Amino acid sequence: MGLFTELKDSISRAADRLFSEQEPKRIGIYGPPNAGKTTLANRIARDWTGDAVGTESHVPHETRRARRKENVEIERDGKTVTIDIVDTPGVTTKVDYEEFTDEMNEDDAIRRSREATEGVAEAMHWLREDVDGVIYVLDSAEDPITQVNTMLIGIVESRDLPVLIFANKTDLEESSVKRIEDAFPQHTTVPLSAKEGENMDEVYGKIAEYFG
Amino acid sequence: MPKATNADDSEPADGVQIDLMSGERMDGMATMEKIRMILDGVHDGNIVILEEGLTPDEESRLIEVTMAEISPDEFNGIEIETYPKSETRDSSLLGRIMGNDEPEAKLTVIGPANQIETLHKDETLISALVSRN
Repeated sequence: MGLFTELKDSISRAADRLFSEQEPKRIGIYGPPNAGKTTLANRIARDWTGDAVGTESHVPHETRRARRKENVEIERDGKTVTIDIVDTPGVTTKVDYEEFTDEMNEDDAIRRSREATEGVAEAMHWLREDVDGVIYVLDSAEDPITQVNTMLIGIVESRDLPVLIFANKTDLEESSVKRIEDAFPQHTTVPLSAKEGENMDEVYGKIAEYFG
Repeated sequence: MPKATNADDSEPADGVQIDLMSGERMDGMATMEKIRMILDGVHDGNIVILEEGLTPDEESRLIEVTMAEISPDEFNGIEIETYPKSETRDSSLLGRIMGNDEPEAKLTVIGPANQIETLHKDETLISALVSRN
């Protein structure tokens, strides 16, 4: 009887470990500055939790700290997929405080640039250590073939992380989803406007398919 | 017109120094040694050209260290250019199993952000404008 109890406890512990490993996957929202990452994170969070993740702005580097929204439950085809979304600062290889001086005084611009550099480093650290999948957000009105995009997609691929490319801002006249599909033909590109909420059904379908 | 080097002049030549690093020179270096060598060169206003580029992990760490060194009015960061990835890259299952994370032998150009501007790039051409300030 004692042996049976021990065996039962052992199976129970193994099952607990198994379930504890099924924690929500952390999905990092990456991309260059001003691609609409926070607008997307807010759209997803508001649609499924009712809360926002962060402040949106047209001034680059508004998001200067990675922010995680936990336990976002997305329902698709009768199934529920639970993920943590991590909104990350826009990645760049250069930050010049003078870019911000039209919008704020010099001291604030210098502070913003310092925080922005810390945010980029933080985003890179999350990418190397702490995310299980990546949503790569691009402004579809801009040329996608930039060094930052090439490098980041390369880093994601080298880590074998599942990745979806979101061609954001399809509401803009200059938007070209095909330009993004042609630049990264090895990945699935999903068109959307996070600001206007366009094509969100397909967005959630793909998130459930790739990260569920 | 750029001034020619004057042997009698102790001031540095009025030009842009370009350091071309062979793959062989980079081979034996640790990641941080490579990053330090690149950023020391860039801080001095040099253009660093790597014959074989960096691995994705090294690129990620280069961005991180660059960010830590940015300082207002002194160093705005780097401009870095490599050819975009071609579709012929080997991403076979065997390659992944073997942990193939070698650089793809792609020439990489790195310089100070305020001195180098990319004019055009595609899978076979990088065209950049280098200024002296």
